[in-house]
Amino acid sequence: MPGDPRRTVEHLLGPVGPELGCDECFEALDTYVELELTGAPADAQMPLMRAHLAGCSACREDHDSLLAMLLADPGEPA
Amino acid sequence: MTTESSGSGVAASIAGSPDTASQAWVARLSCSGPEREAAVTELHALLLRAARFEIRRRRAAFPQLSGADLDDLAWQSADDALMSILRRLGDFRGDSQFTTWACKFAIVEAGAKVRRHAWRGREVPLTQGLWAAVADDAPSPHQHAEAQDLLRALREEVGLLTGRQRQVFVAVALNDVPIDVLAERLNTTRGALYKTLHDTRRKLRAALAARGLGIEGQRR
Repeated sequence: MPGDPRRTVEHLLGPVGPELGCDECFEALDTYVELELTGAPADAQMPLMRAHLAGCSACREDHDSLLAMLLADPGEPA
Repeated sequence: MTTESSGSGVAASIAGSPDTASQAWVARLSCSGPEREAAVTELHALLLRAARFEIRRRRAAFPQLSGADLDDLAWQSADDALMSILRRLGDFRGDSQFTTWACKFAIVEAGAKVRRHAWRGREVPLTQGLWAAVADDAPSPHQHAEAQDLLRALREEVGLLTGRQRQVFVAVALNDVPIDVLAERLNTTRGALYKTLHDTRRKLRAALAARGLGIEGQRR
């Protein structure tokens, strides 16, 4: 765990504000990623999603992969 | 993808009703006979590509898995994702393109399977052995002392948690055990476990905020 210890503790304690749960995150993930792809203010429209992605590494991995797949080739994802 | 996926298509689907290609997917999967069988086959091929994409991304983190293991995981992920999608087809509202919605299932399945496979046979760490390493990262003696105070307080508060809360916090937050791996070990769901983690973090934040250590309590 490299870095500032206080920041590390903040990371351990997770988001300070409200957030989605994993099930809600899954339901909204495709919409959120498409908003990001179009350049829309996804975080402003779905702020609880960003908080959850900051606090849940598994959902963050899923998000990053879906976004990467669509960015890699939007016409042929894999 | 096997259907349109341009930026304008994305915008159209977000705007409200499903785009034409998404409507076609749902219609073909909802009918019967050869047309449905063809659509299912196409969808499975799409899901398999998505699962392979995800597994390729994770492969470097799990060198112990062979290529055959990984492709087997991709097929299992695509099969499971297909079953989920067909069961939940009525839930698709057209807020995104159908293919994005569908690939989400494959990626989440594949990610969970890789993490579980990689942790198979490994013990889930439930000890608090990383505390000292966190404090040692402080660059100055003053910060080191401050970090020690904060960590001592956090450690004390963790000791006051219920057994389940402590188990989840130590494994997932402190030792980076994937939440779906721990969920499988504890015979529960990822969602239920994250709820426990969230409540535990809120409790710890409140306790540390009350001690005046510069930690903000959870906002609602």
